[in-house]
Amino acid sequence: MSLVIDPRSVDRPNSYIGRSLPRPNARKLVEGRGQYVDDLVVPRMLHVAFVRSPHAHAQIGRIDASAALGLPGVLRVFTGQDLAAHCDPWVAVLAHLKGMKSAPQLPLPLTTATWAGEAVAAVVADSRAVAEDAAAKVSISWQVLPPVTDMETALDKPTPVIHPELGDNLVFERVNESGNVAEAFKTAHKVVEATFHSGRHTGVTLEPRSILAEFNKGDDTLNIHHATQAPHMMQEVLAKHLRLPLSAVRVICRDIGGSYGIKVHVYPDEVAVAVIAKIMGRPVKFVADRLESFGSDIHARDHRIKGRMAIDAQGRITAFDIDDLTGIGPYSVYPRTSAVEGNQVVNLVGGPYDFPNYRAKTTVVLQNKVPTCQYRAVGHPIATAVTEGLVDLGAEALGMDPVAFRLKNLMQDDTYPRTSPAGMRFEGLSHVKSLGLLVDMMDYRGLRAQQQLLRAEGVHRGIGFASFIELTNPSPFMYGIGGARISAQDGCTVRIDPDGSVVAATGVTEQGQGTEAIIRQIVAEAVGVPIDVVRVITGDTLTTPYGGGTWACRGAGIGGEAALQAGIATKQAALNVAGAMLQAAPDALDLVLGNIVDKATGAVRMPLAELGRIVYFRGDTLPPDLPRELMQTRHFITKQFPFAFTNGVQASHLEVNVDTGLVTLLKHWCVEDCGRIINPLLVDEQVRGGVVQGIGGALFEHCTYSPEGQLTVGSMVDYLVPMAAEMPDIEVGHVETPTKESLLGAKGAGEAGTAGAPAAIMNAINDALRPHGAKVFAQPFTPERILAAIGRVPKR
Amino acid sequence: MSTEVAISLTVNGERISRRVEARRHLIDFLRLDLGLMGSRVGCEHGVCGACTVRVNGLIVRGCLILAASLDGDSVETIEGVSDTGEIRDLQDAFVARNACQCGYCTPGMLLTAAELLRDVAHTGTTPTRAAIREHLSGNYCRCTGYHAIVDAVEAVGKARMSGSEGGKP
Repeated sequence: MSLVIDPRSVDRPNSYIGRSLPRPNARKLVEGRGQYVDDLVVPRMLHVAFVRSPHAHAQIGRIDASAALGLPGVLRVFTGQDLAAHCDPWVAVLAHLKGMKSAPQLPLPLTTATWAGEAVAAVVADSRAVAEDAAAKVSISWQVLPPVTDMETALDKPTPVIHPELGDNLVFERVNESGNVAEAFKTAHKVVEATFHSGRHTGVTLEPRSILAEFNKGDDTLNIHHATQAPHMMQEVLAKHLRLPLSAVRVICRDIGGSYGIKVHVYPDEVAVAVIAKIMGRPVKFVADRLESFGSDIHARDHRIKGRMAIDAQGRITAFDIDDLTGIGPYSVYPRTSAVEGNQVVNLVGGPYDFPNYRAKTTVVLQNKVPTCQYRAVGHPIATAVTEGLVDLGAEALGMDPVAFRLKNLMQDDTYPRTSPAGMRFEGLSHVKSLGLLVDMMDYRGLRAQQQLLRAEGVHRGIGFASFIELTNPSPFMYGIGGARISAQDGCTVRIDPDGSVVAATGVTEQGQGTEAIIRQIVAEAVGVPIDVVRVITGDTLTTPYGGGTWACRGAGIGGEAALQAGIATKQAALNVAGAMLQAAPDALDLVLGNIVDKATGAVRMPLAELGRIVYFRGDTLPPDLPRELMQTRHFITKQFPFAFTNGVQASHLEVNVDTGLVTLLKHWCVEDCGRIINPLLVDEQVRGGVVQGIGGALFEHCTYSPEGQLTVGSMVDYLVPMAAEMPDIEVGHVETPTKESLLGAKGAGEAGTAGAPAAIMNAINDALRPHGAKVFAQPFTPERILAAIGRVPKR
Repeated sequence: MSTEVAISLTVNGERISRRVEARRHLIDFLRLDLGLMGSRVGCEHGVCGACTVRVNGLIVRGCLILAASLDGDSVETIEGVSDTGEIRDLQDAFVARNACQCGYCTPGMLLTAAELLRDVAHTGTTPTRAAIREHLSGNYCRCTGYHAIVDAVEAVGKARMSGSEGGKP
């Protein structure tokens, strides 16, 4: 390859990679001219409302839909039985998660409802309002069964088995062990331990789950307009289970109102919509309302973790020992499975630190609650809270400053590549440098001095740290090896049009992260055109290269590299034509800002538009054998490392009111290392948004349940999402350690904020409470829990 | 089951007459009857603010107002204020500062911010960051973490105060 872009050189022509540029698709969004699924209206479109189980666990008896069908505008009522004939069931397991089991699932259940909120019948009407009216008139005779709600007793003998055919409520169990943990604890100078809880929470995408399915009986094609992060995965799933060839299914994503992992899963009610469209041969729309979002969007992070850490006499961490228990609801979620979160926890605990002995066990059990699955930063916030909670306890036990203790135990920046005791392979990380930058940014000494002064006045301020690692750029080791048809590879097609405009179609998708913006920057630079002439296409299985979509922080690192390589190839193709037109060696030419130039002098020889005119309209004037392929496709997949790990560190400064238990966030800092930064403006806001989602879980968000398995949060009044007034300003800093796996060198950045924030908040609260000798380890850290910790109110 | 009510009102300066179901809220009316899709439905509980629109010049939760109650009133949506250019400076700032990610909350957020900054040019004072955060706290954003939004609103407030660029018409 004669053309190589070196993103490391700062002063390069036509440079867009690394610049803070606004997003090309932002203007339409601020004018309200975006187009989300619910904005689509097509002729003869019908609407679905679901009848949902009011019980956590109940046998479905007779379903009487006669009153519903009597309402004007109601067309059909579908039961599980009606849809089962048109859709094959799925079982959400992955082969590499050894021993994992789950029950078969259909769009609507046949005999038993297993969580309150599960869709059990679908009403189709000519408006959503009428469909809802009718759904309320569907009468079902329920036989209520005892629910399994407490994960601690889910495996006990007297506890009912949710799916009798599975034999028990155990989904998956794994112990990740290396070194000699028993010996390390026996010979430890200090042992610290705690039991941590991560509160079950959910994503609350402001745009609810949305799907519009159209089946054309004329050519047997299924068109799906879907709020999903992974259109090709959904195409695979719908084709397979609706018994259609892949080529008959098209999944289109226009604008998507937030995803955060919530919209990367297969939801039975959404599959039901596709099946209904196929049966009826009419377009069918379903948009969840907020109540059904709480009761049917995936939940996440319902974990209890017992953790302990051993330290030797030199103050070095020698071992982590973790016992994780998680309840995932009644089914593992298809096709990524609900065991991945627990699996991540046992892979990630202790991640930033240099220690020899490791044991982490996860036990994944069923419950009659909303199914859980991957939500932004999957497992990371849990693993980081456990790790960093123990690290702070360790520093305290030794009487050391938490920063000093971390600096002593972090993996040193010059020791890579290396493999962690948990078996994670790190190509290159910057924990020490990042912590150094963070401490400078926050004026750590100044804050400590201020803390001491204020303590004398009865003001309880705390400073909390959290170092973390984040898994990005996943290879097929994440899902593919387990049998899931989820692409780890991604592709990009770049095309030069006659006037010199460039179109780039990519398999990675946009839900607000800025995917289209970074692909545009990369392609503009790689081809050598002004950025304004580049248009990016995402989210259409028919017109983009096959790919995985956007999840697990793969958009920039994998989709970005494919775009870079496709852009370079397209430029080379243009220069080959230019060489023939200008009687010059292609290597002596370059393409800069839309002009063919002499590489040596920069002198403009010809506009790209002239080349486009000749190729497309006067190809007869070119040498007959000359290739004129102004459209090139390249794919990229990581090969050397299963994942490109990133790292970072966060700090929280906050104040606890010991009379009310309320926490006031004063400031938050994050230094992260996502490798090459393509657009600092976008990376910073990914980090900030992620931090606030992490803070939400740490302080407010909680899907609470009654003992009967009733979800007791049903609106945004009782499920608290962070608001502007209670969030702090967040300062973001960067260290750049590019991955050498790609020319671009980019890793992911979207989950770093969420990974570290809860741990930083927890440590800051416990630092603030130090004069009271009180600590909290159960998220969310509500006023009640804080007051209980300091003995102001009874513990519950 | 439903009763229809005849209403005549002004929407983004256009006179509109329709018969609406008594139970139809303003956002469904705008979206389903008038095809104005810029106002988003986020919760229909009056909490999230995504459906914020103006009625008679003041911002309201469109999901908590019945269209049938708006006979003779004036409604403005994000499409209307975009076309008039009234909040162009705010929109430019949101784009430049990357204060909108998925864009779903953005129309409501902008109308709420516009209300806060309405009198800056006249009073010569602009709200503090804390006041901006307080005022925007009825509008949830799940993407940005708010910092960039506060930056954008603060910058426009300062610009309007100094009259240096894009002041209120």
